[in-house]
Amino acid sequence: MKKLESVNDFVIKFANVNGTGSASANNMFAKALFRMGLPVSPKNIFPSNIQGLPTWYEVRVSEAGYLGRRGGIDIALSVNPQSMAQDISEVEPGGYFIYDNTKPLDLRLVRNDVNIIGIPLTRICNEEYKDPRQRQLFKNVIYVGALAALLDMDFKVLTDLVADQFKGKEKLILPNIHALELGHQYARNNVDCPLGIRVQAADAVGDKILLDGNTALGLGAVYGGATVAAWYPITPSTSVVDAFEKYARRVRIDPGTGRKNYAIVQAEDELSAIGMVIGASWNGARAFTATSGPGVSLMSEFLGLAYFAEIPTVLFDVQRAGPSTGMPTRTQQSDILSTAYASHGDTKQVLLFPSTPKECFDFGAQAFDLAERLQTPIILMTDLDLGMNDNMSPPLEWEDGREYDRGKVMTAEQLEAGVEFGRYTDVDGDAICYRTYPATHPSKGAFFTRGTSRDEKAVYTEKGEEYEENMLRLMRKWDTIKEYVPGPEVVSAAQKTDIAVLYFGTSEESSREALDYLAKEGVHMDAMRVRAFPFNHEVKSFIEEHEQVFVIEQNRDAQLRTLLMAEFELGPDKLKSVLCFDGTPISARNIKKQINLHLDGGEIQPLHRSRVANAGGE
Amino acid sequence: MSYQIPKFRHPDLPVNELGYTRADYEGSISTLCAGCGHDSISGAIVRACHELSIEPHKIAKLSGIGCSSKAPTYFLGKSHGFNSVHGRMPSVVTGAAMANRDLLYLGVSGDGDTASIGMGQFAHVARRNLNMVYIVMNNGCYGLTKGQDSATADEGSVSKKGDANIYSAIDLCGTALQMGATFIARSFSGDKAQLVPLIKAAISHRGFALIDVVSPCVTFNNNPGSTKSYEFVRDHAEATGTVDFVPMQKEITTEYEAGFSHEVTMHDGSSVHLYKMEEDLNPFDRTSALIAMEKHRVAGDILTGLIYMDKDSRDLHDVMETSRRPLNTLGAEDLCPGNQMLKNINASLR
Repeated sequence: MKKLESVNDFVIKFANVNGTGSASANNMFAKALFRMGLPVSPKNIFPSNIQGLPTWYEVRVSEAGYLGRRGGIDIALSVNPQSMAQDISEVEPGGYFIYDNTKPLDLRLVRNDVNIIGIPLTRICNEEYKDPRQRQLFKNVIYVGALAALLDMDFKVLTDLVADQFKGKEKLILPNIHALELGHQYARNNVDCPLGIRVQAADAVGDKILLDGNTALGLGAVYGGATVAAWYPITPSTSVVDAFEKYARRVRIDPGTGRKNYAIVQAEDELSAIGMVIGASWNGARAFTATSGPGVSLMSEFLGLAYFAEIPTVLFDVQRAGPSTGMPTRTQQSDILSTAYASHGDTKQVLLFPSTPKECFDFGAQAFDLAERLQTPIILMTDLDLGMNDNMSPPLEWEDGREYDRGKVMTAEQLEAGVEFGRYTDVDGDAICYRTYPATHPSKGAFFTRGTSRDEKAVYTEKGEEYEENMLRLMRKWDTIKEYVPGPEVVSAAQKTDIAVLYFGTSEESSREALDYLAKEGVHMDAMRVRAFPFNHEVKSFIEEHEQVFVIEQNRDAQLRTLLMAEFELGPDKLKSVLCFDGTPISARNIKKQINLHLDGGEIQPLHRSRVANAGGE
Repeated sequence: MSYQIPKFRHPDLPVNELGYTRADYEGSISTLCAGCGHDSISGAIVRACHELSIEPHKIAKLSGIGCSSKAPTYFLGKSHGFNSVHGRMPSVVTGAAMANRDLLYLGVSGDGDTASIGMGQFAHVARRNLNMVYIVMNNGCYGLTKGQDSATADEGSVSKKGDANIYSAIDLCGTALQMGATFIARSFSGDKAQLVPLIKAAISHRGFALIDVVSPCVTFNNNPGSTKSYEFVRDHAEATGTVDFVPMQKEITTEYEAGFSHEVTMHDGSSVHLYKMEEDLNPFDRTSALIAMEKHRVAGDILTGLIYMDKDSRDLHDVMETSRRPLNTLGAEDLCPGNQMLKNINASLR
């Protein structure tokens, strides 16, 4: 039988039951490879449930540094009988199916084109442990030990990891190492090790770190000077505020008084959460909230107020699959339109699109500067894939001595000196006006903030021309904003070409890989990663310079494409869609397949994962 | 439109300890209907703040949407104001108060803004015991949309159109008590003698202070059969007692008048004197307050005055243990941990 052969290049998928402690064992596996110098990209595919349902953990290992999903499974490790039929069916021909053979495999599941390997995990556990919880937990560690033998991993890296992981709980170290050894020995004694697929130490990681985007965002908020966080729990954004709290507790307790230099309020709902952010920002503090699509829907009215009354507001949207409750634990990039034009009336909102944890940190901190400089909501658009998975990322950095940009705030001294204050008066010609914080001056600078129309001095007005002038100024401000938000990144093809791809956020890595595959076939494409809305002139020129631009995104309705067409008044022919919206991160093979189909003259249809999985790629 | 009040003032207008006249606490000319109860409440707020010698710019006035929520334009013109969205004033105040604990937060709302669309936020701001004064200008109807019944309209109360309200009324004082508010009073826009000291006491209270002020809508709900009309309220208001507010600076030399019941020392050192309190109401006891409210509801009276006060109230900042320095005064040097910590974090992620 054919056996897939590769070194440092494969996809392995773990099939577990949620609530059984498999996550930490799977993390240990990925981290061990990372410490062997191998780029890894682990992705949790989990149910909206606490205990008892199938959950998967897919790890991409790629010495070449591809971090997106490739598509296809080379090795499946199944410890969940519930999902076994699906798990074995997904394995590539010649791939490996590793399962717990304490109970024999259902003959109906056997595939002749897959290498089937049994490790009696349950039996080993039952022989070794009396306590049922130990049996369950150590089963996970045992299969990691077995994999170490099967893939020829450096065993010492694993034992060092265990020591690190249980620092402070030293009595757990030896039992875990023992469990690793149990699996390792069994595999070595009973299976032909290593498999055709194996690993060897490499030097392809450099100074990179493994971090989830939500933690990076929480840290970004700490470094960006946020003092007020108001939020309502919602998957997949909850861990943003958890991270903010964790680090704030560490660095924001006043050493003299023991009091907190931050306030976190768990609100009664998302409406209240964004209201608190607006109130705090209006009063001169840096504040933020984190939510997901359903929360954004609820926050829309307030986002309109913040746009129109020009109140700095920072919102982190960790997107998940919608509409409605959708698939709460699956990823999508499907809030683009609902955020870009959030709220009734003529509104336009600033969006930032990070694609790595480092960018989550950088943009997360920068969002506060932008919000105060531009006096408008800044909505940072990440997603479940980036937010909740460990992503390999450049290390986080902060330039010591960096000052916060607090924007245009008129001081008591300026007011006292007689500087004329009009809250909505454009004195500098950039359409951004001065504001005052409450309590600035005993008799000058007070004004009324409102969502109703008002004149340049913030006095209520229903005069059409004054309303119109204000709305036009907001459009001029929109042009100013383009100079401040992060510009796009361009990757030019090796050869001159008139076709290109355009993507944002977590579609980056898979797109990059797909373009490499296509280039090997002689199809060369330029690439642009959009990092913010409003789009600046570079985005427009890039589209104009190419005959055909494929817009790659993870939603059904091609929302970024719609936004590009609306903002640049483009016809529909110029931009073609490459889409994935099944709730899993878009894969390189999927992207390549869709682009190939189009270039061959076919109509592009979003492909279901299972139809793409075996589509080949290299 | 907002119209400015002429600046001319009689030269001998009384000044407070800060040297301000009452005019320094006024706002623009009201555009509410002539005779609207809300304007009387605005006047009471002006008088209370002036007499307490609060610096006008140290007050932030916030509101939601509706006739009541327009009112902040008509008082405290030197204070920052925020007319937010319908029913959401409590969240905006909460954020603002988190940012700067040193200001006086004056929330103004109506019965639609509080008891219907804003019921959730009202309940939760009370429960968090945010340090603020929450004044409801309660007229039992939606004025700006021409007189529909609101959720505080009494069952059987007849609107201008002639229909009797078929739903049970929400009692905001009772709700606030259940939710954990620590200062609860009800008053009547037509009774400044009662309202002004109540506002002063609410300002001095540390925590969430609700004053539900029945404020007749002269245009849509002042007709016979309405339980929120001037006539009905005058006939049916039953005061819990008399409240007198004594600022901290004043030395108490006078003898207590007959009927003196309690003296309460407030957090800021001032004191509240209660006289002739209703016999079976102990305003420092929640159970007693609840029973009194229910008794009067059954009797068809409107219980006014101080209903409940928690003398040992701890506000949100107290329980959260936030910095005594307002958070909005902290700079990068206080807030940003610097690159070395990131280096350590990076090292732990490899």
